[in-house]
Amino acid sequence: MSPSAWLQETVFWFFGGVLVIAALRVITVKHPVHAALFLVLCFFNTAVLWILSGAEFLGLVLILIYVGAVLVLLLFVVMMLDVEVAKLREGFVRYAPLGAVVALLLVFELAYVFWAHALGFHALTRLPRVSATHDNARALGTMLYRRDLYPFELAGMILLVGLIAAILLTLRRRPGIRSQDPARQVRVRASDRVRLVSLPSGRRHSP
Amino acid sequence: MITLTDYLILGAILFAIAVMGLFINRKNLVVLLMCVELMLLAVNINFVAFSRYLMNRSGQIFVFFVLTVAAAESAIGLALLIVVFRHRRSINVQELDQLKG
Repeated sequence: MSPSAWLQETVFWFFGGVLVIAALRVITVKHPVHAALFLVLCFFNTAVLWILSGAEFLGLVLILIYVGAVLVLLLFVVMMLDVEVAKLREGFVRYAPLGAVVALLLVFELAYVFWAHALGFHALTRLPRVSATHDNARALGTMLYRRDLYPFELAGMILLVGLIAAILLTLRRRPGIRSQDPARQVRVRASDRVRLVSLPSGRRHSP
Repeated sequence: MITLTDYLILGAILFAIAVMGLFINRKNLVVLLMCVELMLLAVNINFVAFSRYLMNRSGQIFVFFVLTVAAAESAIGLALLIVVFRHRRSINVQELDQLKG
């Protein structure tokens, strides 16, 4: 085995192992904040695996955008909520055997399909090499802005709709709070605010 | 040498862990959302592995779109979570039975 192949395999098994352990911790750990932090670890390991398999751009996007934005949002929300942990853990032991059975069944079925050559490809063949001069980000960008331009714009629309929906859902009007309403401020006219009163001047006060 | 099967089985294990998480954390809405994220991650691992195996970058484009939709989904999901928490002062899924006839 060549040194580079050995290195690749070591990196794959190390980060894959940490990924599986972190995923197990996500679902078993007590506090949601710890679960979110283990989820961050999961995403980091996955990013390494993607970079290893030649998808550098997606690996970086996963760390920068997904961990940097989505998971931080999740963590923020979890920290903001005052969650009663003990109550939410009820039934944990009761459902664990059922969950384990379903999960093991799923793994065995999927592994059987992958080993059985049922998909019509020879799954055991090694992955083709990526050339050293291959520029993943440039290639993806070319595809995204040429062939997949309309799906790309649709993705932007989805994000916009998600943004508006999230803001509208969490917006609330509370009565009795002094807040500015720019529309009303702009609409106001001088006659609403200022009243000119003509005061007769020069009259002497009688003692 | 790393093969395609290694990646696929890793994705399968991750997906199964996420399904198990849905079973054992049926009360905690936050952890349920995290399990959905894990499922999407497992699917994305498969996409990237197949993209490398077939030497076709369409798989990576697809991962890009899946990430976009997942981001929108988690933003709306968290907003709903906040609304539920404001309304009921808890995020216990079992208490959300107002729509039951």
